[in-house]
Amino acid sequence: MLNQRSTLVLARRRRLGTALIAIAGVLFAIWATMSAPAPAHSAEGDPYRVSGNVQLEGEPLPGIGITVDGPGGAQTTETDAEGKWSVAVPERNADYVVTLDEPTLPEGIAVVDETGADETPNVKEVHVGPGGRVSVNFFIGAGERHTTSFFDQLVERVINGLNFGLMLALASIGLSLVYGTTGISNFAHAEMVTFGALMAYLFAVVIPWPIWVAIPIAVAASAAFGYLLDAGLWRPLRRKGLGLVQLMIVSIGLSLVLRYVFQMFIGGGTIQLPGSVPESLQLFGSVRLTAVDLASMATSIVVIVAFAIWLQRSRIGKATRAVSDNPSLAAASGIDVDRVVRVVWIVSGALAGLGGVLWAYFRPGIKWDMGTSILLLIFAAVILGGLGTAYGALVGSLIVGLLVEVSSLWIPADLKYVAALVILILILLFRPQGILGRRERIG
Amino acid sequence: MDILQILSNTAAQILNPTTIGFVLAAIGLAVHFGFTGLLNMGVAGFMAVGAYGFAISILTFGLPWWVGALIGIAAAVVFALILGIPTLRLRGDYLAVVTIAAAEVVRLLFLTTAFRDVTGSADGLSGFHTDFRASNPLPAFSGNVGFGPWSYSRDQWWVIIVGTAVVVVVLLFVWALMRSPWGRVIKGIREDEDAVRALGKNVFSFKMQALVVGGVIIALGGIVTAMGTNVNPNVYVTSQTFYIWTALLLGGAATIFGPVLGAVLFWVVRAFLSNLLPALVDIGALPFLSGEQSQMLVFVLIGAALMLLVIFRPQGILGSRKELTFVK
Repeated sequence: MLNQRSTLVLARRRRLGTALIAIAGVLFAIWATMSAPAPAHSAEGDPYRVSGNVQLEGEPLPGIGITVDGPGGAQTTETDAEGKWSVAVPERNADYVVTLDEPTLPEGIAVVDETGADETPNVKEVHVGPGGRVSVNFFIGAGERHTTSFFDQLVERVINGLNFGLMLALASIGLSLVYGTTGISNFAHAEMVTFGALMAYLFAVVIPWPIWVAIPIAVAASAAFGYLLDAGLWRPLRRKGLGLVQLMIVSIGLSLVLRYVFQMFIGGGTIQLPGSVPESLQLFGSVRLTAVDLASMATSIVVIVAFAIWLQRSRIGKATRAVSDNPSLAAASGIDVDRVVRVVWIVSGALAGLGGVLWAYFRPGIKWDMGTSILLLIFAAVILGGLGTAYGALVGSLIVGLLVEVSSLWIPADLKYVAALVILILILLFRPQGILGRRERIG
Repeated sequence: MDILQILSNTAAQILNPTTIGFVLAAIGLAVHFGFTGLLNMGVAGFMAVGAYGFAISILTFGLPWWVGALIGIAAAVVFALILGIPTLRLRGDYLAVVTIAAAEVVRLLFLTTAFRDVTGSADGLSGFHTDFRASNPLPAFSGNVGFGPWSYSRDQWWVIIVGTAVVVVVLLFVWALMRSPWGRVIKGIREDEDAVRALGKNVFSFKMQALVVGGVIIALGGIVTAMGTNVNPNVYVTSQTFYIWTALLLGGAATIFGPVLGAVLFWVVRAFLSNLLPALVDIGALPFLSGEQSQMLVFVLIGAALMLLVIFRPQGILGSRKELTFVK
């Protein structure tokens, strides 16, 4: 008996070892097929600079607000006593949008456009080249200002927030489902998001197939990735009887491994999917939307509704909810918990992958740590809605998305994630089970 | 390939102020996780609060360096209280998510251009060492003095001496604390919270005390690091927290010397690999990698080491199976 047991344990160990080797093998195989030359790697926080000089007829203008938006998020600064300004940006070979805040100019003065063709001469797009430095100059003179009304800004932010929230929902539903059925706080979920975007890049740019073919393939690949992670890592570990805290730390290690493997493929820079800088359509006032925004929102809504119907109506969807509720009871009533968990990993991978593709268009661009940069927002959304509840994740995501975008009307743009994280801490003070969660889950 | 140079670079890492700061952070995390069972994922936040508290008091308010260090410690106490009050009554993984979020909030607040005058934004802070260096009692000498790879300037030796002294004092303190009645309650909470509560102890209060004690030790790590180098927000990222976890789990979470051994080993292995792998690429031993990719391979290996440690040897090098570190 004892012997039998130890052989069993040995066999399990061996299976776990084989599984790990299998995962490593798959990663290596992907690497081999995707040996795209890596662009120059920019170290974290490398001080590439966008700078400029604001003068009116040779006189420097101090205290003029400048906003630089692009990879790494929006940053604001002011001109100094000599009228000079400078902003450190994280990436070169990237496009940035520089906006001069006209209300900070003296009375009767505005940014003028000499050709008259540009409707918003206070907004300029610049390219930071391989040198990592670029300077931007505005022509200042007497003229009419180009202001955006508060209402228009608000509408634009709300639309952006909904878009961001829906995208976030795709990522967070998967995390919540996995948590509900297995109890794992999966920190590597962010890498599943990045994986989806990378697969879209592989099939749309490296191969290159049309984007409407590439995205479904990328989602399918992400689903397969979810399945592989479950079969190769999480299931063996569950069998081995690892505790939840151990599983959480394993997911942190996995997240580090995957993140740097991604960086080995694509380097430290940003790469673009086709059509990521499209024409924008004017709705009303100065509110603009791009076709990509519309497609992204429509896709999210369709997929989320389909997912809800699946969870509510289908046999396996019902089983999933049963397992989330009480795994032992579900097993006792004849549900194959292992199968449900496998399906949950596949669905979670697919949703995260699609979320990654949409996130690549929203940012815009694909970067090795793009998933990690929203991991905490995903966690905030999941906890806000109630850990382990799929619909809670949806509600939480929409709130976080709106909060992040709308709050940047009042607080500096580089602090916009802070609002969501502070809300996360506050919600734990007053309603730790989340909006749709139940009291008993918080232990 | 210059193997002697690689070994020398590796050995020099042992006395680096960054390593000493890492050792302190790992000891603090051992108090949190190893002895109390608190899942603190905001180690980088505690370090940042200590380092910035130290640097800002000196630069903005012109205080002496030791007052700056005390302010850094006080900031860590406040940070621990703010984190602990909402989360210590909740299940462990909530504390993990909240601490990681709070550390990120701290980093973003130090990074934002809104407070550039005080925090230096993305450039960080520098030039706050004058007062600390002026307090150096070592006899004046010029150039580097020392043995082999451990040759440092007078200023560097002063940081190393202060840092090592802090490590020794903290080790003695933690050792005494953990064999005191207080330490036994703390370990009891780790093993079975409800049992300790049934014995009439205020579990919340003990957890809060442990969070503060460990947080102060981690902040000391940030302060020592700041004494040796500049303060930069890009150091205090989430990955830093994960590296300190790796170091702690490597040495042994529920041990006194585990965090020291783990943190030193972590940096030695990391320095060795990031010197060795590019050299191997240069001589063509790793034909499928570029020099930059070999640097990323170091981090892949760190992540893999973290996974394998937790799966196969959760008690670390010095820990014993009996004192299980992952109770729940």
